[in-house]
Amino acid sequence: MGAAMIEVEAVTKRFGSTIALGGVDLVAEEGRVLALLGPNGAGKTTLVRILTTLLRPDSGRARVAGCDVVADAAALRHLIGLAGQYAAVDELLTGRENLELVGLWYHLEKREYRRRAQDVLERFGLLDAGDRLVKTYSGGMRRRLDIGASLIARPAVLFLDEPTTGLDPRTRNDVWSFIEELVSAGTTVLLTTQLMEEAERLAHQIVVIDTGSVIARGTAEQLKARLGGATLEARVSDPADLERAATLLAQVGDVRPRIDPDRQLISIPAAEGTALLVAAGRRFEEEHIALDDLGVRRPSLDDVFLALTGGGSGAPPEFPEGAE
Amino acid sequence: MTEAGVGGRPPRPPGRTTVRDAARDTAGVAKRNLLRIVRTPQLIVIGALQPAMLLVLFRYVLGGAIRVPGGSYVDYVVPAIFLEAVLIGGMTTSIGLAADLKSGIIDRFRSLPMARSAVLAGRTIADLSRSLLSLAIMVGLGLLVGFRFHAGVGSIIAGMALILVFGYAFSWLYAAIGLATKDPETAQIAGILPFFVLMFASNAIVPVATMPSWLQGFARNQPLSVTIAAVRALLEGGPAGHWVWQSLAWSAGILIVFFAISLRLYRNTAA
Ligand SMILES: Nc1ncnc2c1ncn2[C@@H]1O[C@H](COP(=O)(O)OP(=O)(O)O)[C@@H](O)[C@H]1O
Ligand SMILES: [Mg+2]
Repeated sequence: MGAAMIEVEAVTKRFGSTIALGGVDLVAEEGRVLALLGPNGAGKTTLVRILTTLLRPDSGRARVAGCDVVADAAALRHLIGLAGQYAAVDELLTGRENLELVGLWYHLEKREYRRRAQDVLERFGLLDAGDRLVKTYSGGMRRRLDIGASLIARPAVLFLDEPTTGLDPRTRNDVWSFIEELVSAGTTVLLTTQLMEEAERLAHQIVVIDTGSVIARGTAEQLKARLGGATLEARVSDPADLERAATLLAQVGDVRPRIDPDRQLISIPAAEGTALLVAAGRRFEEEHIALDDLGVRRPSLDDVFLALTGGGSGAPPEFPEGAE
Repeated sequence: MTEAGVGGRPPRPPGRTTVRDAARDTAGVAKRNLLRIVRTPQLIVIGALQPAMLLVLFRYVLGGAIRVPGGSYVDYVVPAIFLEAVLIGGMTTSIGLAADLKSGIIDRFRSLPMARSAVLAGRTIADLSRSLLSLAIMVGLGLLVGFRFHAGVGSIIAGMALILVFGYAFSWLYAAIGLATKDPETAQIAGILPFFVLMFASNAIVPVATMPSWLQGFARNQPLSVTIAAVRALLEGGPAGHWVWQSLAWSAGILIVFFAISLRLYRNTAA
């Protein structure tokens, strides 16, 4: 443990006038999961493409499994697996054919790639569908096949670009379990995601990027600490109740609440979540204050950005209001 | 690294790709594309429809108005239609590659340790079998509308082989078009251009002597005309050597130039 499997130093990449990466540094340790968290267009895919030898950086250096991504690209390709942002499986082949061909292209012997294809089908719950054409697969099955294909050579480092985007919650959970299994078997994983929840569940280290720059990094705990954790929010029905409701929440939470008069919203930090929610609910009822909404809000990616890009009222207008 | 190979075998040192690996990689890609061809038979039928319509058009609609020296028009035009069928079929190479680029499958290929030429070589080889098939269909249709071979079997086989060699060389031009355009629709439109120029400014449909003099030099010596002349001679049983060598030289030149261009485009794609 502890050896660096991915080292990125001051990597830049531009497309015309777009700066996709403006000097990114990061390190991922062996056997760990590093999550690259950021919104659309942040530069996640660009970094993944550089680390998997598909794209050359304009400047900076990157090493994966000890190989320089430019100078040792050919050697590196034996050691990595990639499941890109869009499932790169062949619709007109069966699941098994897809897997066996990828095994062949990793230069495994025939007996070996046949066995491993069988293993992957079993492990990813695709055994029944294995000999059907992929065009009959659901989105979740394709995604599982795609990730399975990236594993066929048992790579030392696995790159997963938004592995659960577009999946239903159940399939998302399946994919998360697969990733956890892999990591417990020693694989190093770099995954990209737009979901705080996903990063929180899987990653040992989170690197938050936006418009090509790292704006925060740390464990999920460290990032959440910077955000101040969950908040309790109450939206009053009648603006006249705003003051009374604020006083009430101040007592319940023993803090000074934040008041947003435009949205008739009052919020307080809610570290002990549910207990606070129940207490607040009871008090509102006793005081006969009518509410449109009352709930505990966990920090979302939006909140990370609100906090990291200057926070509070200065939020850029394109950010949607947090979902209750 | 703790992930050892299965069965106690250490993982292969990631060294250079051997010739055997490159051949296996290429065979794997060819297998993938052959399976795709077999599983979309409707594409084969539609692919045969265009040249079949050209055949009917020139045999029955326009053929009556066109005079060729020393022979029947059907024997003149059908060998040219054979070549056109193979060239039209070649467009699937560019469309298919562009579609693979767009779908992200080429990204996966490029992240694998497979030989750099395998994706292109495997595809052009698979598409060659498609050419063979559409050529067979066109021969059948040609005979049906009155075309006749007048040469010995050896000469006929040589003529067919020449068509396939030319078609294979051209598939590398189409590969370059597919990689350069990166989009199936654009690739399709771009792929029609060389086909049209070479087909109409040629001896395919009318004798070059009927064209304005400024066009004759190009029309007589461009690769498609040279090849059609060679194929006609081989199928007619006349002296063909002069044209055959010129055609082979063109094919070799086109193959080498567009192999190099395509490989370069493949390496640098999206970079
Ligand atoms: N091939 C390309 N050509 C031009 N611009 C690109 C290309 N790839 C990415 N970009 C731009 O670079 C930025 C980062 O893109 P990307 O890495 O795909 O972000 P993400 O994966 O985080 O959504 C975006 O502004 C995108 O439009
Ligand atoms: Mg992306």
